[in-house]
Amino acid sequence: MTAMLNIRDLRAYYGQVQALRGINFSLNEGSMTTLLGANGAGKTTTLRAICNMVRWTGAIEVEGKPLNGRTTEGVVRLGIAHVPQGRGTFTTMTVEENLQLGAITRTDKKEIASDIERMYDHFPVLKKRYTQQAGTLSGGEQQMLAVARALMLRPRLMLLDEPSFGLAPLIVRDLFKILGKINREDKVTILVVEQNAQLALELADQAYVIETGRIVMSGNANEIANNEDVRKSYLGY
Amino acid sequence: MSAAAEDVVTEVPTVEAVSKRAMTLGLGTSIALLAALIIVPLFVKNFIIFQMTMLLIYGLAVLALNILTGGSGQFSLGQSAFYALGAYTSAILMEHANMNYALSLPIAGLISFAAGFLFGLPALRLSGVYLALATFALATTIPQVLKLGFLEPWSGGVQGLVVTKPDAPFGLPISQDMWLYYFTLAITLAIYVGSVNLLRSRSGRAFMAIRDNEIAASAMGVDVALYKTLAFGVSAGITGIAGGLGAIVVQFVAPDGYTIALAISLFLGMVVGGVGWLPGSFIGAAFTIFVPNIAEDIHKGLSGAVFGALLFIVIFLVPHGARQLIASLEGRLSRKSPDRLRR
Amino acid sequence: MELFTNQVLAGIATGAIYACMALAVVMIYQAIDHLNFAQGEMAMFSTFISWQSMQWGVPYWGAFLVTLAFSFAGGILIERLLFKPLAKAPVLTNVAGFIALYAIINSVAGLIWDFTIKQYPTPFGSSPFLGSQLISTHQAGMIGVTVLLLIALYFFFQFTRMGLAMRAAASLPESARLVGINTSWMIALGWGMAAAIGAIAGMLIAPVVFLEPNMMGGVLIYGFAAAVLGGLTSPLGAVIGGFLVGVFENLAGTYIPGVGNELKLPIALALIITVLVVRPAGLFGQPIVKRV
Repeated sequence: MTAMLNIRDLRAYYGQVQALRGINFSLNEGSMTTLLGANGAGKTTTLRAICNMVRWTGAIEVEGKPLNGRTTEGVVRLGIAHVPQGRGTFTTMTVEENLQLGAITRTDKKEIASDIERMYDHFPVLKKRYTQQAGTLSGGEQQMLAVARALMLRPRLMLLDEPSFGLAPLIVRDLFKILGKINREDKVTILVVEQNAQLALELADQAYVIETGRIVMSGNANEIANNEDVRKSYLGY
Repeated sequence: MSAAAEDVVTEVPTVEAVSKRAMTLGLGTSIALLAALIIVPLFVKNFIIFQMTMLLIYGLAVLALNILTGGSGQFSLGQSAFYALGAYTSAILMEHANMNYALSLPIAGLISFAAGFLFGLPALRLSGVYLALATFALATTIPQVLKLGFLEPWSGGVQGLVVTKPDAPFGLPISQDMWLYYFTLAITLAIYVGSVNLLRSRSGRAFMAIRDNEIAASAMGVDVALYKTLAFGVSAGITGIAGGLGAIVVQFVAPDGYTIALAISLFLGMVVGGVGWLPGSFIGAAFTIFVPNIAEDIHKGLSGAVFGALLFIVIFLVPHGARQLIASLEGRLSRKSPDRLRR
Repeated sequence: MELFTNQVLAGIATGAIYACMALAVVMIYQAIDHLNFAQGEMAMFSTFISWQSMQWGVPYWGAFLVTLAFSFAGGILIERLLFKPLAKAPVLTNVAGFIALYAIINSVAGLIWDFTIKQYPTPFGSSPFLGSQLISTHQAGMIGVTVLLLIALYFFFQFTRMGLAMRAAASLPESARLVGINTSWMIALGWGMAAAIGAIAGMLIAPVVFLEPNMMGGVLIYGFAAAVLGGLTSPLGAVIGGFLVGVFENLAGTYIPGVGNELKLPIALALIITVLVVRPAGLFGQPIVKRV
């Protein structure tokens, strides 16, 4: 299986402060992986490094192509969709405009229109509100919108940063169910960064645990979830 | 989530922070500079002394702007109004009330302080672009007000007022220019030291807290309204004193000497010197006094374009102003790591 | 009462000038979040280009189109060469850049075309409009063109992909990059469009104020004021703001004693500031919620 994402010796810096101290991992095509860890461990930084939103050194390759020197939008155009922390919804634009923006780099008009319809199938609540300003949606709805927008890119790889943040548990369950569906049916490789370890481990195949800028544990999600020591030391439950 | 259609912005400070240590020159540099300021006038012609005096005066005005913008983060294109106020106050007191020039200065300062404080009150609700517009309005109004007919008996109308140049006191055997230079130097040093202490004091920290994040400052208990108006007042007061000194040294006040062009020059002086860096005020003042003349020498017809080009070169090379240059020079001389510069 | 109506109408006529300029101001503000002080000078320079073309025999509308193209390209060029390098510099440094640009353009225009005023033609003629003594056909034409521009801009932003991308880039640059938009080029485009709109404003204004390098100085301030009054995020607000400023300026001059020509501008600005203190986002602007 080809590696969708390959990261070697990744170090990242915020100014003088080093946030990542040599991360190594890779994602197989079509896999669903979760990156876990406490606040400030470096999970978000990892995603930001992939999209070149932070200064980094090392090697990041997507489907064999190195990401060094590319702009954020350049990375996105390789087929990487990033749903950032806080969702990054265009609050002053309508739901439908947000979806259209997800596909702004594509030129196949008919396919874009049919993709929008597919998003409404995945997330019926969005169809109800499609002319509403995105800022008036609830937290859960905005998260769905953010995921849908990311999917409009027809990405090869999707990065999600704490999608469960601030959402009620039932909504998170729904969201994760949809993510699983997307991973299986649309064959999108997914990397989910989460603080909510329990749900994330139920969803994912693989898991990595990061602490103060280093990966301290990796392996099959089920094994990690069942390992009591690991759960107590790193995941807090 | 929010119900209204609002644009949510995370406040990025318009004015970057200057670390406290980086606020002044190092001790060695300061001493050398002070020595030069004291000794050089003894050896040069009167005209050069006059120019040095004007440099100190404009430097003071830029310093005042630095306290307001670099210190408390309030953007002002209206300093020329306070400069004019100080200038005319001194001129009127000297010529119509026969007051001693030295006494007129504190009064000019106080009146300007009050004006600044009063202007600061309605300005509390404005910031950024809106405050710029408001201060711009103030600056464009003043020359017109000074030309108003009914003020003419006091202000001299469009012609302005001629100011008598004072002699050195106690019959000292030095020229008027030289005396005025040392007089100005003393005042400038006093204000400079006072300003540095102000910015290092609790009030200064309050200013900077407001500059960096007004909401957070208020949440921490800083009386934002008080400090913002205080900053305006102090800044206006110093500018007023500078204006008064200017009136005395130039021996003349007239409405068209205090147009928006002056306010813009002071603003450029602040940027070139380094926003929030007090010593840079004098470097910036030098830039705005001398570079236009240089530009005219290079090409009379295109002097504006040359000036603009030189300004661009400066801001490309040192976007953070002279502070950037001096800090790296000082760093190399003392072989310590340079003061933390925020990029 | 008739005097009042007449002054209002006259104010609307002069307000068209400010409305047009205000559109250009809002355009650039949307792109870069600042007011470009050199915008008036750019408009003036474009108008001179058009004038020069006509001196060389190009008919009015040909010169108009050539100038539009030149201005659009010029705006992009200025942004790429002079302001992209300053993108990471502090805001105040960028403002100094605008001032420098002002000085350069004003000076160069003065050198090439000198400071004597020149006549600039209008395609609308200058006879009384529909018999009214207060609005000439040219002024009516100005209002018409401004409204057309407004509609065109509305369509561009609401119904085209490029317009959508520009709105996204202005609204949330980081999110825009995350959907693949090159936000840097969106800024360049914004500059180009603002320059073109400014050129139109200049070519409409010149017949009234006569063409010379300092013609836009006062107009720009009114344009800023109008844009701020209307709300910097709203093109419609800018246009309405322009008309309001024109009307108010006229009424103040007529009804407030002692307000001669010199005090008109400060009074207009005072009005706007009063409005802002009450409604900080302007009349039609979207309120900005600041988060810590």
